[in-house]
Amino acid sequence: MSPKSVRRAPKPRRTKKAADFFELRLYVAGQTARSLTAIANLQRICDQHLEGRYRMEVIDLLDRPQLARGDQILALPTLVRKLPEPIRKLVGDLSDTERALVGLDLRPRSSGKS
Amino acid sequence: MPKTATRPALVQPIPKSPTGIQGLDEITGGGLPRGRPTLVCGGPGCGKTILSMEFLINGARKFGEPGVFLSFEESIDDLTANFASLGLDPRPLSARKKLSLDYVRIEPNEIQETGAYDLDGLFIRLDHAINSVGAKRVVLDTIETLFSGLSDTRVLRAELRRLFDWLRTKGVTAIVTGERGDGGMTRHGLEEYITDCVIMLDHRVVEQNATRRLRVVKYRGSTHGANESPFFIDESGLSVLPIASLGLQHKVSPGRLSTGVQDLDAMLGKKGYFRGSSILVSGSAGTGKTSLAGYFAEAACRRREPALYFAFEESAAQIVRNLRSIGLDLEPCLRKSLLQIHAARPTTSGLEGHLSAMHRLIEENKPRVVVVDPISNLISVGTSIEVKAMLARLIDFMKVKEMTALFTSLTIDDGHPEGTDVGISSFMDTWLVLRNIEMNGERTRTLDVIKSRGMAHSNQVREFLLTSKGLKLLGVVRHEGRVLIGSERTAHAEPR
Repeated sequence: MSPKSVRRAPKPRRTKKAADFFELRLYVAGQTARSLTAIANLQRICDQHLEGRYRMEVIDLLDRPQLARGDQILALPTLVRKLPEPIRKLVGDLSDTERALVGLDLRPRSSGKS
Repeated sequence: MPKTATRPALVQPIPKSPTGIQGLDEITGGGLPRGRPTLVCGGPGCGKTILSMEFLINGARKFGEPGVFLSFEESIDDLTANFASLGLDPRPLSARKKLSLDYVRIEPNEIQETGAYDLDGLFIRLDHAINSVGAKRVVLDTIETLFSGLSDTRVLRAELRRLFDWLRTKGVTAIVTGERGDGGMTRHGLEEYITDCVIMLDHRVVEQNATRRLRVVKYRGSTHGANESPFFIDESGLSVLPIASLGLQHKVSPGRLSTGVQDLDAMLGKKGYFRGSSILVSGSAGTGKTSLAGYFAEAACRRREPALYFAFEESAAQIVRNLRSIGLDLEPCLRKSLLQIHAARPTTSGLEGHLSAMHRLIEENKPRVVVVDPISNLISVGTSIEVKAMLARLIDFMKVKEMTALFTSLTIDDGHPEGTDVGISSFMDTWLVLRNIEMNGERTRTLDVIKSRGMAHSNQVREFLLTSKGLKLLGVVRHEGRVLIGSERTAHAEPR
């Protein structure tokens, strides 16, 4: 998504803001223990790292199965970071906070603990 | 279930879903196990996807069973284009809600694993697709791609097991495809989970010729052909050639047609071959097989019946030139397009390629008479059991169409051509053997009718002359209890 190839329009003011803004979609199936864990973990990460700059939506595929196709959902729970681009997918209940933060680009990828 | 194992006689025949694929239903005794998953495995490009898609399309078109195709490898557009090129356009069926295509894209570098998960998303998606068309058939192609996207193989294995169990409880007839692995039938051992029915496809190159094979490795609760069967893929899809299957339900004709050689007609009850029968002419090199075939084809043209000549040894021009030397001119037949000669080296394409080309030409030209000269050359392409299967299929096909077919066969052992051709001779109604007999310092050609089903025929060995005025069979000259041939005969006929 490099803007270099794109016509270089004057940057809108919200660009910087958009890069900071997180649009998150958490897919689950029913109110299972695993779903609830994932929701709680996501809530905690948002509170701690994204305060005031995120929108979070929880989609229960049991209610809306047709939505699984659009975001290519296979495993559950799956968290999709729609914004900022590029899209990222995090699979699992987000118990591994480190990996979740890396997956969301809130931590650099090479966080090797020695 | 040890009980059923010890008492196989009590096993009920299991219900099956016909695939509608030519030949496959014959091998499996009616199709795939209904309401159960079948594993179709093989290397890349072996035809797994085509087989699966044809199973679904036939289900929707012919058997009133809607289907779901879940692809893990090709996008919907790619799939649609592939199948349209095979004459299997899935779009009209999708539009009428008889078929649901879904592409499950897996991008390994997009996925980060952060904790416990399962594959409920896949289940929900599949369930939704099944319900949306009321599917009775499902294809998962190739589910092992999941292993490239998700790293926790322990979870994946447990989930796959759950998925196949779930498919069984759903009661859908499913095909799950798998890529051939190093150690086992599939890369990730899917054969451990799907034990109802396993079909293996193979695309191998033997002596530069590509041939396709299909084998039913396992079929729980059913008998099945265990042989490898050749199959081919052409514009009309996939067809399997079961080795042992010969549909013997064609019409038989009492009509007769000339062999093209008056003396030979006389040997065959004065009337020649039966219409719609198959004739084998065997003999070693230079015994006159092509000459007999040429006269047979020309006689058809004289009756204004189209003839199709498959030449696997000589070019069309060469055949015409050589036959002219024995007083036979095929040129007018070719000009009037009554005769068509198709010359090809047997090695130019695989066995299934030849068969499909021959089928197509026969379908297109609708000949009354077909010559294959020689059938023995196809042995250089496949092993002889495959040639036999191919021949059985071809003969079957022509008999149904009431075409009369003549096959020549080059035999090595001059003394006993019966030995080399005995395998294919059982498909043949009439069998002529040509020999070169070396005796008294000269070589004499002879002809005899080994068999000719359903007609009175001569049991004498005749001397067979290729003259510039045509083919002649000389009457038997007996002398002192012996049949005289060659110069002995001449000497006897004109005593000094």
